[in-house]
Amino acid sequence: MKQKMVLRFPAAVVEQPFTYHLIKDYNLMINILKANINPRMEGRMVVEISGAEDDFHRGIEFLQSSGVKAFPLEQEIAWVEERCTHCGACVIICPAGALVLERPSMEVKFLNEKCIICEHCLKACPARAMEARF
Amino acid sequence: MVKKTYAEINARIRAGEAVVVTAEEVIPMVRERGIEETAAAVDVVTTGTFGPMCSSGAFFCLGHSKPRMKMNRVFLNGVEAYAGIAAVDAYLGASQIPETDPANKSYPGEFNYGGGHVLEDLVSGREVLLEAFAYGTDCYPRHKLEKMISLEDMPYAVLYNPRNAYQNYNVAVNLSERTLYTYMGILKPNLGNANYSTADQLSPLFNDPYYRTIGMGTKIFLGGGVGYVCWHGTQHAPGAPRGENGVPTAPSGTLTVIGELKQMSPRWLRGISYLGYGASLMVGLGIPIPILDEEMLKFTAVSDADIFAPIVDYSEGYPQATGEVLGKVSYAELKSGEITLNGRAVPTAPLSSYPGARKIARQLKEWIQEGQFTLTEPVFTIPT
Ligand code: SF4
Ligand code: SF4
Repeated sequence: MKQKMVLRFPAAVVEQPFTYHLIKDYNLMINILKANINPRMEGRMVVEISGAEDDFHRGIEFLQSSGVKAFPLEQEIAWVEERCTHCGACVIICPAGALVLERPSMEVKFLNEKCIICEHCLKACPARAMEARF
Repeated sequence: MVKKTYAEINARIRAGEAVVVTAEEVIPMVRERGIEETAAAVDVVTTGTFGPMCSSGAFFCLGHSKPRMKMNRVFLNGVEAYAGIAAVDAYLGASQIPETDPANKSYPGEFNYGGGHVLEDLVSGREVLLEAFAYGTDCYPRHKLEKMISLEDMPYAVLYNPRNAYQNYNVAVNLSERTLYTYMGILKPNLGNANYSTADQLSPLFNDPYYRTIGMGTKIFLGGGVGYVCWHGTQHAPGAPRGENGVPTAPSGTLTVIGELKQMSPRWLRGISYLGYGASLMVGLGIPIPILDEEMLKFTAVSDADIFAPIVDYSEGYPQATGEVLGKVSYAELKSGEITLNGRAVPTAPLSSYPGARKIARQLKEWIQEGQFTLTEPVFTIPT
């Protein structure tokens, strides 16, 4: 299975190597989409976790028991195709290659699986075709 | 020698026999069959562009109220329209923003709503809030009016764009250390990107570079409906440098266009917001080019590789009007997604929708093929 999760680290545990344990002890693949971790302060991380369902649940239990709050990511970036004018303004803004211009058609495509939810496109899209959804 | 008149081409359109191709489709035809044979075969080449065109707006007659009112200030959904004309007439500009908008006070401003958005709302059939204020006269006693109004309620609504369809434009880059928010989009520091904005080989004025067939009265596709060229546009600069093919290599020709707003569609009139710059309107516009002779066909066969645009620095060159050009680059290179400048690979982004331009050229082609859209010979052509 594959799931995008938000992890909240209380200040007390923020410096522990959780991703290392998830990988090594629970055979999970961790793809860090967004991280905001500062020493001795509460941290927040958005990760995509993939692996066997069993391992996934055991991994989450391990996190919870260590004081890390883990919950599924509910915010997603949506591309409202009817509003998109295919102007291409977003392709140089998106840092993750999630908004791409196809050639030779010059049409813009949104690759949801590549999106790291940085939200840069929300205000950069002149037609407001990119939306944050909760 | 191929010679055709407007009357002959229109007769063929009415008979459903006209051969119409888009400015994209004509390129491989010429490659295969040559200029002369293609010129003999093709009657009309259609063009299109769908891009941000700030110099756009609409004249409205808002209708008389009881008692009557001479409106001095008019707002539509909070966006002011110019009311310094007769009693209930006003002009709403696409780039106007509400007085309550913080603009760039919180930099970069978002400009979520402006005149362009009001136009989009109106052509979408939505009601907008009309607020009007007046000093009151003996003949027009009313001081204030507030009501919801739709496009249908207005006795008169005409799109009138003083400058559209720019023939070529700058490629914008940023040589400075900080991000710039411009009408050419977001420009990342240190040559982070290069933004350009034309419909390339489909763009109307690239296909008739000396405006042989374009002038007052030329019937066009405008905002999803039918419109007309009514003058050359503001900042029309036909004297710009040109390549051997006649195509300008700097911003040059522009058009003033007009059309009945009530037949237009939100698909081709779209309110847009440029971060840190302002509100604007994406306008869809297409011009049919009659193939009067081989020369016209040759003009319409121009392709991206033969059209060049100037690269301009928007941290210094443009705002300070130094006139400095960093180099020239072809639209084929720009469209590839990357250009080389100062020895660096710079990613490119268009701001004008090429897929939109293609759809407009195809739509216009269909209208002509179906016999419902004939060509008009201009009363006079715009200055060259
Ligand atoms: S900037 Fe917005 S409208 Fe333009 S191509 Fe990207 S998503 Fe579409
Ligand atoms: S939020 Fe927008 S800019 Fe950021 S990665 Fe996703 S698509 Fe790209």
